[in-house]
Amino acid sequence: MSRIIMGPFNRVEGDLEVKLDIEAGAVAKAHVVSPLYRGFERMMIGKRPADALVFTPRICGICSVSQSVAAAKALADAQGATPPPNGQLAINLVHATENVADHLTHFYLFFMPDFARPTYAAEPWSASTVERFAALKGEAAREVLPARAQLMHLMGLLAGKWPHTLSIQPGGSTRAVVNSELARISGILAGFLRFLEKTLFGDKLERVAALKSADELGAWAAEKPADSSDFRRFLALSDALRLTQLGRVNAPLLSFGAYEDEDGVRFARGVFDQGAVREVDAAAIAEDTSHVWDLGGGALPPFEGRTQPDPEQKSGYTWCKAPRLGGRVAETGAVARQAVDGHPLVRDLLTDGATNVHSRVVARLLEIARVTIAMEGWARRINPKEPFRTHGQPPKEALGMGLTEAARGALGHWIKIERGKIANYQIIAPTTWNFSPRDADGQPGALEQALVGAPVRAGETEPVAAQHVVRSFDPCVVCTVH
Amino acid sequence: MKTKTDPGRSGRLSLLWLQSGGCGGCTLSLLGAEGPDLLTTFEAAGIDVLWHPSLSEASGGETLELLRRLREGEETLDILCLEGSVMRGPNGTGRFHMMSGSDEPMMSWLDALARRANYVVAVGSCAAFGGITAGGSNEVEACGLAYDGRDAGGLLGADFRAASGLPVINIAGCPIHPDWFTEALLQIAAGRLNRDDLDEWERPLAYTMHLVHHGCSRNEFYEFKASAEKLCDQGCMMENLGCKGTQARADCNIRPWNGHGSCIEGGYPCINCTAPKFEEPGHVFTETPKISGIPIGLPTDMPKAWFVALAALSKSATPARLKDNATTAQLKTPPTDRLKRR
Repeated sequence: MSRIIMGPFNRVEGDLEVKLDIEAGAVAKAHVVSPLYRGFERMMIGKRPADALVFTPRICGICSVSQSVAAAKALADAQGATPPPNGQLAINLVHATENVADHLTHFYLFFMPDFARPTYAAEPWSASTVERFAALKGEAAREVLPARAQLMHLMGLLAGKWPHTLSIQPGGSTRAVVNSELARISGILAGFLRFLEKTLFGDKLERVAALKSADELGAWAAEKPADSSDFRRFLALSDALRLTQLGRVNAPLLSFGAYEDEDGVRFARGVFDQGAVREVDAAAIAEDTSHVWDLGGGALPPFEGRTQPDPEQKSGYTWCKAPRLGGRVAETGAVARQAVDGHPLVRDLLTDGATNVHSRVVARLLEIARVTIAMEGWARRINPKEPFRTHGQPPKEALGMGLTEAARGALGHWIKIERGKIANYQIIAPTTWNFSPRDADGQPGALEQALVGAPVRAGETEPVAAQHVVRSFDPCVVCTVH
Repeated sequence: MKTKTDPGRSGRLSLLWLQSGGCGGCTLSLLGAEGPDLLTTFEAAGIDVLWHPSLSEASGGETLELLRRLREGEETLDILCLEGSVMRGPNGTGRFHMMSGSDEPMMSWLDALARRANYVVAVGSCAAFGGITAGGSNEVEACGLAYDGRDAGGLLGADFRAASGLPVINIAGCPIHPDWFTEALLQIAAGRLNRDDLDEWERPLAYTMHLVHHGCSRNEFYEFKASAEKLCDQGCMMENLGCKGTQARADCNIRPWNGHGSCIEGGYPCINCTAPKFEEPGHVFTETPKISGIPIGLPTDMPKAWFVALAALSKSATPARLKDNATTAQLKTPPTDRLKRR
């Protein structure tokens, strides 16, 4: 048995170290280390609740709006506020812009460059993959950055700027757009849609969104050559490297649900487990600190949660706590969101109920199509003559819970207000679920499970398969520990 | 091996980007750069990106070996960029951020690498001053490269000069506007960024020559003290909503964000995020502290008595149009033309 320490692990958001024990040419055991602690939960104690809207987006530059949405929902819960329809639609558009941009950034800049590595130089698909996806040099990044920047103009119009907006408030949005701006928003969306259909998918968004099974996806891919679109390129690589067999996790899939509008929640809230969806029991969430550099105190529910950093804890190996749902590990992300929402393709891609590298990536790209279609609808439904915001103040004593979805999965904020000030603030981010350490029962976190069995190619010191597995989660490690 | 003062390999400059106690938001903001975009900027500036945590292929051992060579001076480091605060805690050990794979605190790496670099650039208010990570009672002992809040020093010391002779260049902001960085980088590459291009906090004057107030679309409301009362109102946010645009140094309302925006255009106040200690203003960010009805924070360079006198005068002359529009979420009363009624 030998040990490999992978770090600094880049093309993830934030700093990460992965320790792998190797046996017989494959990973036998993994430990995931989040090495940076900043202390957001503690710095907010004693501040007025409204200040959470300034601090929490700054936990993360890539999920900034998702953090704003979770904080605003926690405050809205505390004060009993509900945004008017326009406010909700505007927030959905801002939130969706971030999530779609994050999916694009992940696919093009973080995930695909690994297939351009020299370790694959002998593969027949290597040269074209290098040309298209090589880090900093590939032609795809040069196409996606301008398209992404144009999409982000929606942030300029609807949120002032990105990242770190203050436009998302418990009662709605501070930015009331007018008719001419709505016209511009639809124009920007049309331009973005053209990029997606031409470059990413090579087909209509509606057709991609309507794919129902792995067989249909395969037949769709076979309609055109692999180099006709980036999605088909990925599918061909995935086939060649059997990514359906890599990074498997068989755990409940958790989604807090995303994008509320007058029709309800666009992507349903729930837990997909053993082929069926059940409700999220938020009271069953607790954070275990047995393997964390933290003074601990058992597995506490977030309203009672404490963050007490202590790098001397001998049993600790990370700053990331271990959230558990009814004592069990859960996986979260686009694959969970789409499985919970009942999308037939994603359900079919779970192999014997397990997620894998292939299904995580396909779910993300499928979601780009689904969300962009939804965005066009939200923009059409905004009525500029109606209000975008209601007004109110948080009460002196209250509890508030804000659950939403970042691009990379379920995000929750829990605030306790006493004497008009923040008495406790706890955050559980998506990658806290996915990259959690072992708990008191010794259960490894989702990534720690996914890495087991990842092959090590001859001569590899940084196994590329393990890199595919880690990046398939689209981790955000700055959110993880916060 | 070339010496530290070389302009760079065959006119090219090497750049290393590290992240510590921050959110990565400045990099994400930079990915939205337009005219030129980030990759074109690197190309135009002749930059070889040795390593960037979000953009480079290399990971793990390969990266550590590169960092070791740079630290030992075996390879030239022209530009070192840090995004995020320096994490000194707990108790000065730096253990709140160990560089992964290395068993050494990130602050030790930063200290050694900065002393090898021709230019050291602090990207964002965290790397410049400590920023949001130094919020609350700063239990994590976060600081900037050359400042700890407003105090000179930080990690590298008040007297630190990079091999080029320049102090740490502080591109402060939370996050930075992408152009603030791309323009500074192109200037560095052209050998045209000098000490007199920097302000008293070593921020590029290219953007801190201005106040956020400059070009603010709510200037007329400010002139007549027609104030917003709640977030999303169209009036001036200085009197009630904590807006620091008349004191904050940046060109946010001259140079739009994401093509169209700024904080104020987004319907919320400027929180002066380019300034040291912006994270602890001593009041709720979205409320203006006042003494007997007069805001404490007055516009930069303005004598208080004048401000009070002018405010009283202009309030008495506020046009009805501005009064109407100041407390609505969308402008509803257009200016009138004396020659033709609507």
